[in-house]
Amino acid sequence: MIRVSIVGGSGYTGGELLRLLLFHSECTVQQITSERSAGKFVHNAHPNLRGITRLKFCAVDELKSCDLLFLCLPHGEIMAGIDRFQTLAPRLIDLSADFRLSDAETYMRWYGRPHLRPDLLGTFAYGVPEINRENIVQADHVACAGCNATASTLAVRPLVRRNLVESVVIEVKAGSSEGGNAGSAASHHPERSGAVRSYQPTGHRHVGEMKQVLGDIAIHFSATSIEMVRGILATCHVFLNDDLDEKAVWKIYREDYSEEPFIRIVKERGGIHRYPEPKLLAGTNYCDIGFERDASSNRLVVISAIDNLMKGAAGQAIQCFNLMHGFNETCGLEFPGLHPI
Amino acid sequence: MSECPVCGAEISLASDTVVGELLECTDCGSELEVTELKPLTLAEAPESEEDWGE
Repeated sequence: MIRVSIVGGSGYTGGELLRLLLFHSECTVQQITSERSAGKFVHNAHPNLRGITRLKFCAVDELKSCDLLFLCLPHGEIMAGIDRFQTLAPRLIDLSADFRLSDAETYMRWYGRPHLRPDLLGTFAYGVPEINRENIVQADHVACAGCNATASTLAVRPLVRRNLVESVVIEVKAGSSEGGNAGSAASHHPERSGAVRSYQPTGHRHVGEMKQVLGDIAIHFSATSIEMVRGILATCHVFLNDDLDEKAVWKIYREDYSEEPFIRIVKERGGIHRYPEPKLLAGTNYCDIGFERDASSNRLVVISAIDNLMKGAAGQAIQCFNLMHGFNETCGLEFPGLHPI
Repeated sequence: MSECPVCGAEISLASDTVVGELLECTDCGSELEVTELKPLTLAEAPESEEDWGE
């Protein structure tokens, strides 16, 4: 059994990770940290785990050596403590943004502050298996991708890598759990309820990752926070430089994704759910992708949906964990979702 | 073995398939009709249309 610990486990991502790990057949959760909840049972922060585990939070200073650390601290805190984390475990999976980008200049541009450990940038494998599986399998350190970046890059990469894209406009509709579990005036119920909030019309930090994965194409990205707790729907307006018909697009997506256990092409001619729907993916590790060709222009609309806490965070981390250890990639991630929900 | 005329998915049919048989593409959900056996040919099945009484 692989002994794992979670650093920063009182947030939504940490809770989701713990939920998955407690039912994973190949590992045991040794410790989980939270400075503000140290000494308390984890079900105080994650009530869905009541009766499932008697684990209590501990402080980071109390961490013991283990086989792998999942790092779920806020952005900036992983790079500050990386030396200690490396002494505690030979393998790290970082769910923050600290080691996603490969150079200090790019980090400075998108995060607006200098990176504390530029010497380590580029040493973490980017944690999207469908994009970087070979490196993840061999990696000791993995940096999980941002949720919006995951949904967006998986949607358009098959087209980009075939040089079919002139430019892309991506509009993400995101659930409130993307914002974490810290309250603010903006999340106060009378302000938040029913709001369709343009969260980041331009300049979103995840664009840095997208450009790193997709290369130097024109990416125009906006994020809107909507009345949903979990989930992301990315609508990608892809302006093609080639006259592809829908059958050709089907062929491209099949070539890239038909063997992927967590990617499904969702494009139905009839029925209620003809295109990807994040509501149906709550708690699952799937990324559903659909598309439609605009007959009157060179626009192809590619739509992707994920659960931001799963394929966009904890589920992706478990998928990487499985790959790093040679386990079945789907181990612990078999939940198919609920319907109706 | 044949191909969905809508999405290009490979579709295999039973040996006792007959002309006029309807089936659903597992990839795109299109309703398809067997229009010919040699060569095996599929076409989109005509959709039932609603009569609004005009």
